[in-house]
Amino acid sequence: MARVLTLFAHPRQDRSEINWPMFEAAQTVEGVTCVDLYARYPSFEINIAREQSSLLDHDVIIFQHPLYWYSAPAIIKEWMDLVLEYDFAYGAEGTALNGKVMFNAVSCGTARSAYTVKGGHIAELRTLLMPFERTADLCNMRYLAPYATFSAGSLRAENRVKETVSQWHSFLTALTQDRIDLDAAANALTLTDHPDSFFIGENA
Amino acid sequence: MEILSHAFVYLVAAVVAVPLAQRLGLGSVLGYLIAGVVIGPILGIVGNETADLQHFAEFGVVMMLFLVGLELRPAMLWSMRGQLIGLGGLQVTLTTAVIAAGCMAFGLSWQSGIAIGMVLALSSTAIVLQSLNEKGWLGTVGGKSAFSVLLTQDVAVIPMLALLPLLAVETLSPSGDDPTAHGAMLLDLVPDWAQPLVIIAAIATIIIGGRYLIRPMFRFIAHSRLREVFTAAALLLVIGIALFMTAIGLSPALGTFLAGVVLSDSEYRHELENDIEPFKGLLLGLFFLTVGAGIDFGLLFDQPIILIGLAFGVMIIKAGILFAIASIFGLRGADRLLFAVGLAQAGEFAFVLFGMASGMGVLPVDLIGKMTLVVALTMILTPAAFILYERVLAPRMVKTNSREADTIETPGSVVIAGLGRFGQIVTRLLATNGHDVVVLDHDPEVVENLSRVGFRAYYGDATRPDLLHTTGIEDARLFVAAIDNRDKLTALVEHVAKHYPKVRILARAHDRHHVYELEKAGAHCVQRETFDSALNLGRDALIELGLHPFRAERKKQAFRAHDFETLEKLRERWNEHGVDKGYIDTMRSQNETLFELMRDERDEKTHGDRHWTPPPSANPDP
Repeated sequence: MARVLTLFAHPRQDRSEINWPMFEAAQTVEGVTCVDLYARYPSFEINIAREQSSLLDHDVIIFQHPLYWYSAPAIIKEWMDLVLEYDFAYGAEGTALNGKVMFNAVSCGTARSAYTVKGGHIAELRTLLMPFERTADLCNMRYLAPYATFSAGSLRAENRVKETVSQWHSFLTALTQDRIDLDAAANALTLTDHPDSFFIGENA
Repeated sequence: MEILSHAFVYLVAAVVAVPLAQRLGLGSVLGYLIAGVVIGPILGIVGNETADLQHFAEFGVVMMLFLVGLELRPAMLWSMRGQLIGLGGLQVTLTTAVIAAGCMAFGLSWQSGIAIGMVLALSSTAIVLQSLNEKGWLGTVGGKSAFSVLLTQDVAVIPMLALLPLLAVETLSPSGDDPTAHGAMLLDLVPDWAQPLVIIAAIATIIIGGRYLIRPMFRFIAHSRLREVFTAAALLLVIGIALFMTAIGLSPALGTFLAGVVLSDSEYRHELENDIEPFKGLLLGLFFLTVGAGIDFGLLFDQPIILIGLAFGVMIIKAGILFAIASIFGLRGADRLLFAVGLAQAGEFAFVLFGMASGMGVLPVDLIGKMTLVVALTMILTPAAFILYERVLAPRMVKTNSREADTIETPGSVVIAGLGRFGQIVTRLLATNGHDVVVLDHDPEVVENLSRVGFRAYYGDATRPDLLHTTGIEDARLFVAAIDNRDKLTALVEHVAKHYPKVRILARAHDRHHVYELEKAGAHCVQRETFDSALNLGRDALIELGLHPFRAERKKQAFRAHDFETLEKLRERWNEHGVDKGYIDTMRSQNETLFELMRDERDEKTHGDRHWTPPPSANPDP
C-alpha cells in the first residue's frame, strides 16, 4: 500500500470545472491524504514543520493544480521554497525524501496537440514542467510524467467531466494499491496519453 | 512612633478593603469608605486625628485637578466653555435656590437656607472623577458633562467663600478655633472693586509663570537626570501653587488645574503625570478613609431616619435638577442618567465651607454637625449609586428609552450582537457578501445610521433573552458576540451556548484570559479585538525603523504564530490552575523562544528564522 499525498492548489475553486471535482474524487480514495493548500494557508503562512512531517508519512506526493504560466499557482512555489529545506530535502544530510514518488496532476486549457515541439507551446508539457522534475531529482525522488487533463475548458460542454474524474479515481486507487508501473510512468511524456498502459495486476 | 502605627492602621485597612471591593465590582472609592468605617466608628482604632488627616488628605483633590489639567489642552477647555458656564452655572444656581427654598420651608432663615444650598450644590470631585476614571466613563458624553460641572463648581467656590460671611445671622467674635484657619487672605485685604483684578492677576501669574518660568525650570532639572529631584520639583510646583492660591484666597484646586492646563502641551507632561499620580492616589485614598472614619455613628443612631432621609432627599433633589438640566442641554438616555446620578452627592468642599460657616456664625453648630454627617452619607451612597446606575439603570435604558425595543420580523442566518467599532466591520463584511444579517445594539443612533444605509439593524439590548429569541437565533447559523462590555459578553455567550446549542458562536475577546473564559462559556471561535491591529501597527513601526517591508511582515507573522502557540500552551494550565507558577514559567520560557525566533540568522541549533534560509555557500553543485 502506497500512501499518497495530494497537495491541491487552486485559488478560485468556485470557478473550477475539473480540478475541484477531481480533488473531491481523490478524497474518496482510501489511502490518499488530501490537502487543500489554499484552505490550509489562506495567507501563505506555511507551517514548515507540519508539511515536512506530512511528507515523511507518505510515499507518493502529487501536486494537483491548473497550469498557470507553464507552472503551478503561487502557493505551490511558496510551499516548495519553504518546505524543501536544505538538510531535509537536499544537501548532505537531506535524505528525508529519498525514493519517494512525485508528479504533477495538471489541467491545461489547450489541447494535447499544442503541447508538442511543433505545437503552439513549442514543447512537451513534461519539458515545460522541468523545474518540478529537477526538484524531484535533486531530492532523490522519482519523478513521474504529468497526469495531464488537456482542453480542460471544454470538458463540461462536451460532457466529459464524469469520465475524466472517474479515470483519475481509478488511477489513484491503483496507485495506492501499487498497481501502477512506475518505470513506465517515469519514462512517459504524460500519464494520460495511454492511461491503461500503466496499470499492472488484475486491471492491466 | 504614633505616626507609624497610625499609618500602619490606615494602610492595612486600604490594602485589605480596596482590592476586595474592586474584586466585588464595588470600585475603589467604596472600598476606602468601608475601610474607613471599619477602622473608625466600628473598631474605634482611629479617632480624633481623622479630622486633621482629612484636611491634609484633601490635598489629593488638588493633585487630582492638576492631573486633570495635564490631560486637557487649552483648546479643549475653550471648546467646553458653553458647558462650563451653561451646564455648570445652571446646576449651581438652581440647586442652591431649590435647597434654600426647602430649608426655609423647614423654618430656617433665608440666609441659612442659601448657605446650606450653596454648600450642598457642590459635588464631590474626588469621588466622581475617581469613579468615572475607574469605570472608563470619563470619555462618554455623560462623563464629560459631569466633569464640566465639577470644574464650574471649583470656580464657584471662590464667590461662595466671599458670600458666606455676608450671610451671618448672629455676629460672632472671630474665635481662635476657626477650623479653616485661613488667616489673612489677600482677597480680604483689598477693597471690593480690586478683588476681580487680584483674581485675574493671580490666574495670569500662573499661566505666564507656567509657560516662561516653570518649563525652563523642568528642563534644567530634567538635564540633571536625577529622578527624585524631578519628583520633588513636581511636588514643589503643586504645593507652591496651592499655597499661592490659598494666600490670595482662591481655590488651590483651581490654581493647580490651571497650571496643569498650561503644562499639558509641554514635553514633561508624562513625567509630571507619573510623578504626581501615586501621591494623588494615596492622598485621595486617605481622604476617602477619613470620610468613612469620621462618621459620627452616635449622632446617626440618635436620629437615623431623619438623617438618612435627609441624605436621600439631598441626592434626589440634586439628581432631579441635574436630570432636568441635562434634558435642556440635549443629554439623552444613559448619558443623562450617569450625569444625574453621578453628581447627586455633596462634596468635600462642604466640610470646609461648613467649618467656615460655623466659625462665622452663619449656621447653628448642632445643625452643622448634622449637615456634615448628611454630606458624608451622600458621599458614602455615591459608589452605591454608581453601581445602581451600572447594573440596573443603564441596562434598563432599553425599556425606559423613548424608543421601544424593535420587533424583528424575519430571522437572519447570522445574528450579530453589538454594533460598535468592532461589530460594524463584521456586519459590513458579512452583509456585503450577501448574508442575511440581523444586528442588535442598544445605541439608537448607531442603529438608525446603519438602518439608513440599508442594514437590518435593530434597537435593543442583546443581553435580554426575550429580544435575542425574537431574532430567530435558534434557526441562525452563526451568532457573533461583539458587544463592548467584557463581563456581559461572557454572560451572553454562555446564555446562547446553553439555550441554542446548534448555533456556532464567534466572539470578540478583550485579552488572552478572556479568550479562555469565552471558550469555557461555549464560544467556538474567538478573536482578540486589538491583537491583529496591534501587530499591524508593530509591523509598520518595524518598517519605519528601516526594516524591509516583507521582513517586517514576516516578523509579524512569526510573532503571531508564536503567540497562538503560547495561547495553546497556556490554555490547559489556565483552565486547571489559573495563573499559577507553572503558568508564569511557561510564559517566561515562551518569551525566551520568541527572542530566538526573531533572530534573522539561524544557528546550528536551528533557532532563528528558518524561512528561505539559503544553503551553505560551500554547497557543491549537484
